[in-house]
Amino acid sequence: MKPGFTPTMKSLTRYYKPLNRWALKVLNRNLVVFKKTWPTSIAFNIVEPLLYLAALGIGLGVMIEDFEGMTYTQFIAPGIVATSAMWASAAECSYDSFVRMHFQKIYHAIVATPINLQEVVVGELLYGTFKSVLSGTVILMVIAALGLVLSPWALLVPFVLVLNGLVFAQVAMIWTGIVPKIDNFAYFFTLVVTPMFLFSGVFFPMDVLPEIVQTLAWLLPLYHIVVLLRSLTLGTVGPELIIHLLWLLVFITAIFPLPQMLMHRRLIK
Amino acid sequence: MSVVVEAQNLTKNYNGFTAVAGIDFTICRGQCFGILGPNGAGKTTVVAMIYCFHPVTSGILNVLGHEVSENPRAIKTRLGVVPQENNLDQELTVRENLLVYAGYFGINRETAAKRADELLYFFDLSAKASQEVEQISGGMKRRLTIARGLIHDPEILILDEPTTGLDPQSRRLIWEHLRRLKRKGLTLVLTTHYLEEASQLCDDLIIMDKGNILEQGRPLELISRHVGAKVIEVEINPGQRQLLLQSLKKEIRGYQVAGNTVYLFISEDETGALERLNAHSSVQTYQVRPSNLEDVFLKLTGRGLIYEEGSGNETGLYPDNEISNQVL
Repeated sequence: MKPGFTPTMKSLTRYYKPLNRWALKVLNRNLVVFKKTWPTSIAFNIVEPLLYLAALGIGLGVMIEDFEGMTYTQFIAPGIVATSAMWASAAECSYDSFVRMHFQKIYHAIVATPINLQEVVVGELLYGTFKSVLSGTVILMVIAALGLVLSPWALLVPFVLVLNGLVFAQVAMIWTGIVPKIDNFAYFFTLVVTPMFLFSGVFFPMDVLPEIVQTLAWLLPLYHIVVLLRSLTLGTVGPELIIHLLWLLVFITAIFPLPQMLMHRRLIK
Repeated sequence: MSVVVEAQNLTKNYNGFTAVAGIDFTICRGQCFGILGPNGAGKTTVVAMIYCFHPVTSGILNVLGHEVSENPRAIKTRLGVVPQENNLDQELTVRENLLVYAGYFGINRETAAKRADELLYFFDLSAKASQEVEQISGGMKRRLTIARGLIHDPEILILDEPTTGLDPQSRRLIWEHLRRLKRKGLTLVLTTHYLEEASQLCDDLIIMDKGNILEQGRPLELISRHVGAKVIEVEINPGQRQLLLQSLKKEIRGYQVAGNTVYLFISEDETGALERLNAHSSVQTYQVRPSNLEDVFLKLTGRGLIYEEGSGNETGLYPDNEISNQVL
């Protein structure tokens, strides 16, 4: 076994230390670039989710007048916030991170400075999280302007988007640590992101699905995020939400060492 | 002189392949130390271990008073690195590249801006400061990468093949900048497969091949030790070669054969050898020239070094050429 793969408790704790000021410098590098390039990245992260909302909300919304006591557009709007945030962080830490790592050799440039590779990975995850919060919040403001947000609890949405970002930035970065070629991300999106997009209760309530599928959906992080966001935007907040919050926190903490381990194995020979 | 890098029995294995096979060397402050060898010799691996990128398999590697495995952050704070591949931020301007890089070292904005402007001036890049990196030439990118490695005022600058792929004019410009840095007292560690580069810049060098050090010393010392002051290149039909070499036995100290060319190594005076050559009808052409590191390398490895086509007197190593190597 490689040294980075001996999972004793002591060796695992060192993967949480890179959440430090050096990782913030990596985040800062990405933000400097973002300030220059945001008009090109905004189409995918923000315009596309709004197209979904318009097509499905208007198109399907005409046929479905009363949907569990609300309009269909009201039902899907919080899910669109969640999915846009998911796509934003997943795309950032897959395709975009791969380009920085493999083609631009930015990781190599940074690890020649006092910053180490673990901190580079964490900085990238933080940037993926930023992208999630940014695009989710923009969509939230749009749906609020359209009158689709019914409760001031929605002010807590950005906090859930932080969790969303940490989940999908990490899941994507795990793939970035493994895939041999940039083309291999197609599998990540087809087998991981798209099923999550379709089966996490964004477009229809989970209870229409067979029980086995409902149980499986419980394993999908996006399901928990959709429940939280829908409750916050519609104002149906109760103590049962704690379990979804805990699920996400445990998931984020549990997989935190993986992107660093895999990137170390990939780049350090 | 104080020692800044010390390697003892330094070894690096990658999945069973030995890239560096237990080498020893010492680099002193203010020196330009060269690591010379063909592609695959282990040069890049050695410097990547010095800047704490590749972990050391075994042996000791001490840089600026710290063992590399123990305190990489302390070492990397005081090292500048110019990697073989340009890894500048393509999406940023020339000046932004320096500022963002300064941020990695925790240098405050004011100091970084001042330092960036000084470096841009030093490397003749001031006029390009606000251009995107994609728009500047290869030589300028190289100078910018060197400037970037100096942003935190390091004690040692590591340059991994700093001029590979550049045209001769850009290469000379970089040499001039490196000489100026050396005069300011900066320690330079340089890998190269250009022998001319090593002779121009290095005070001390190691010649590496297949993970081992073949020879070590000052460039001129190595030349006089192994090949003498001058070389005569003779074009001769291979069939006549033995006859010629027999007649020259007393006049030369060694020879190399590469295709139709025979390289004759002479210590001091070439007159005796030239008389013999003039007497041989089978000699097509010959040329006397000062010997160089290329001849040393050729003699040490018995493997090919040929002149690069179309680049004047630049030289390169081509380890796959089969050349016989014999010393009288």
